[in-house]
Amino acid sequence: MGILEVKGVNKRFGGLKALSDVNLDIAEGSVHAIIGPNGAGKSTLLNCFVGRLEPDTGTVMFDGRSLLGIQPFEINQIGVSRVFQTPEIFADLNLLENVMIPAFARRDGAFKINGWMSVGDEAEIREEAMTMLDELGMASKADHIAGQLSRGDKRRLELAMCLVQKPKLLLLDEPTAGMARADTNNTIDLLKQIAKRGITMVVIEHDMHVVFSLADRISVLAQGTVIVEDEPGKIKGNPKVQEAYLGGAHL
Amino acid sequence: MLGLNKRDTLLFAIVIAITLLAPIILNPFPVASDLAQFNAGYPDLMQRFVIFGIFAIGFNILFGLTGYLSFGHAAFLGVGSYAGVWMMKLLTMNVVPAIIVSVIFAGLFSLLVGFISLRRSGIYFSILTLAFAQMSFSLAYSVLTPITNGETGLQLSLNDPRILGVSQTADGSIPMTNFFGIAMRDGFELSMGGWLFTFNAGYYLCAAILLIAFYVSIRIFRSPFGVMLKAVKSNQQRMLYTGLNPRPYTLAAFVISGMYAGLAGGLMVAMDPLAGAERMQWTASGEVVLMTILGGTGTLIGPILGSGVIKYFENIFSKINDNILHDWFAFLPDGLEDFVVAIVYPFVGKGWHLTLGIVFMLVVIFLPGGIVEGGQRIAGLFKRKPPEDKNKTAAASAPSAAE
Ligand SMILES: Nc1ncnc2c1ncn2[C@@H]1O[C@H](COP(=O)(O)OP(=O)(O)O)[C@@H](O)[C@H]1O
Ligand SMILES: [Mg+2]
Repeated sequence: MGILEVKGVNKRFGGLKALSDVNLDIAEGSVHAIIGPNGAGKSTLLNCFVGRLEPDTGTVMFDGRSLLGIQPFEINQIGVSRVFQTPEIFADLNLLENVMIPAFARRDGAFKINGWMSVGDEAEIREEAMTMLDELGMASKADHIAGQLSRGDKRRLELAMCLVQKPKLLLLDEPTAGMARADTNNTIDLLKQIAKRGITMVVIEHDMHVVFSLADRISVLAQGTVIVEDEPGKIKGNPKVQEAYLGGAHL
Repeated sequence: MLGLNKRDTLLFAIVIAITLLAPIILNPFPVASDLAQFNAGYPDLMQRFVIFGIFAIGFNILFGLTGYLSFGHAAFLGVGSYAGVWMMKLLTMNVVPAIIVSVIFAGLFSLLVGFISLRRSGIYFSILTLAFAQMSFSLAYSVLTPITNGETGLQLSLNDPRILGVSQTADGSIPMTNFFGIAMRDGFELSMGGWLFTFNAGYYLCAAILLIAFYVSIRIFRSPFGVMLKAVKSNQQRMLYTGLNPRPYTLAAFVISGMYAGLAGGLMVAMDPLAGAERMQWTASGEVVLMTILGGTGTLIGPILGSGVIKYFENIFSKINDNILHDWFAFLPDGLEDFVVAIVYPFVGKGWHLTLGIVFMLVVIFLPGGIVEGGQRIAGLFKRKPPEDKNKTAAASAPSAAE
C-alpha cells in the first residue's frame, strides 16, 4: 500500500483522451519519476492530484484519503505540496515573505485572522523561513523582491516554499525546465538531498536523463497511458520506451 | 512602541502631531491678509479632512492590500450615516452609540455585498460593487423612503422619541450632538497676533478616532493577516496550492474596509446630523478611489494625504473666483492682466475639477506610487542614494515596508 494510489484514472478534453486508465502506486519515502514525451499527459495527471482537474473516472487516494472533490488548499493542508512547470511565487513580495506565507499556512490553517500580531514578532516562523532560504542558498537575498529573481532562483524559491511546509508528498512538474545544464545538475543534487529527508516525491520530466540518478522508480507515460513502470536501470533498454520516444528524440 | 517597529512609530508620532496641531498648521495666514482664504483650519473642513481620511484608510486596506477595486464603498458610508441618524432619533444624542451602530450596519451590509461581489474578480468585481451601490442609492430615493426620507434626507425633528434623552430642549429646539455632554459644536478660539485658531470638540473627537483607525491599519499592514492580503493581490493560485483559502481573506478585508466607511459615515452625522442618499452616489465611491491612488495605493499614509489634497481642492481651491485672480495679477498691464486671468480662470474656482483631473493624470503617469512616491523620490535626492533600491526593503526588521 503506497502513500499515493491512483486507480483507473481517465480524463478527456473534448475529443482528446488525455489520460486513459492510469494506475500508479507510489511507495512512502520513494522518489517516483513520471516521464514521457511532450503532450503525454504528465501535467494533466499531476493536476488530478492537487484538485486543479477532476478526473472523469478513477480514484486518487493519498494516505488513505481521497483527493477528489476537495479544494486545492485542503489537499495542501493534508500534506501535498506542488511545484509548477512555470514557477508560481508571490512576485511582488520579498523572498522572506514568500517563504513565511506557507509556514503560516501550515501553522494557522487555511484561514486565520491574525491581524494584531506583528510579522516582526513571529520569531519562530521567521527563523524557519530563514533557515529554509539558507539551505537553498538564498538567505542573502531574503529582502529581494521575488519577481526579480532569475528563473532558476524562482524555482528554488518555490521549492523552499514547499519544503518549509514539511509536506508528506512533494509533486514537481518539470523542475528543471528551461534551466541551463549547470543549473539542472544543481537542482537534481538539491532534490537528492530532499529525498534523503524521507519526503515522498513525484517528479515529472520529459527528459529522462534528468531523473535517472534521482528516481527509485520510473513510470513512462505515452499518449495518456502508463506503458512501462520499472527501476531506472531497466527503463532505458525497454523497447516500448524506445518506441514511445521515437521522434521525440530525447533518448 | 505600541507594538510598532521604529519606522512605524515615527510615522504614527508624526501623524499624531499633525492631527493634534491641525487647527494651527492649517491656519498659517493672518485673518486680515489676502491669503486668509487659503486657511483650511476651520472646524467643518478639518472634520472633513479627517473623516475622509478614515474612509480612505479603510478603502486602502481592501484596494491597497488585496488589489480588489471596489466602486461601491460610498454605499457603506451612506448606510452608516442613516444608521447613525436613526440612533440619534431613537436613542440618544450622544454620538458614541450612533457611531458604533454605523460601524455595525455598514459591516453587515458589506458582508452581504462582499460575499456576492467577491465571486468575481477584476473588472467584474468592480462592476458588481458599483451595481450594488447604485441600487442602494436608487432604493434610498424610492422604496426605502420611510427609512431614508427620500430626497429631503434623514434629519432630526422636534418630535423624535429619543428614549435616553429629550425630544426638544427647554427652548424648543433640537438638542445638539454630544460626546458624554460635550457638544460637538463646542470649542474655543485662540487669537494670537493677527492669527485666529479654532479648537473644536467635534474635530478632536474625529481626530482621536482617525488616530485609532490609523493605528489599527498599521497593525493590520504589519500582521500575518496583512501579508496574506498582499498574497491575495500577488498570486491567488499560489495561495490555493499553499493551503490557503483566498476567499475569506478577501471578504474579511472587504468587511473591514466597509466598517471603516461606516465609521466615516457615522462621524459625518455625529458632526452634522443629516444623512442624504447623494452620499451613496457613484461619484462619492469614485472619490475615495481617487484619494487612495493620488496619495499612494498600498502605503500607510497615502490615503490620508490623498483625501487631504482632494478636500482642500474641493473647498479652498474652488473658492478662487475671477475677482481674486484680477487682484493677484493687478500688477500686470491691463490687457495682459485680462489675458492671464482668462487663461488661469478655467483652472480655478469652479474649474477645480479640471486642475484636479490634470494633477491626477500626471500622478498616475509619472508617480504611480502617488504623493508618497513623490515624497520618497525627493527624500532620495537629498540622501544622494539612488531611489531605485525599492527592491531592498528593510526585510530583516519589517518585511516589505510598503510605504
Ligand atoms: N485544459 C486543457 N484543455 C484541453 N486540452 C488540454 C488541457 N490541458 C492539457 N490538454 C491537452 O492534453 C494533452 C496532455 O497535456 P499535458 O498533460 O500538459 O502534457 P505534458 O505535461 O505531458 O506535456 C495535450 O495534448 C494537451 O494539449
Ligand atoms: Mg507538462
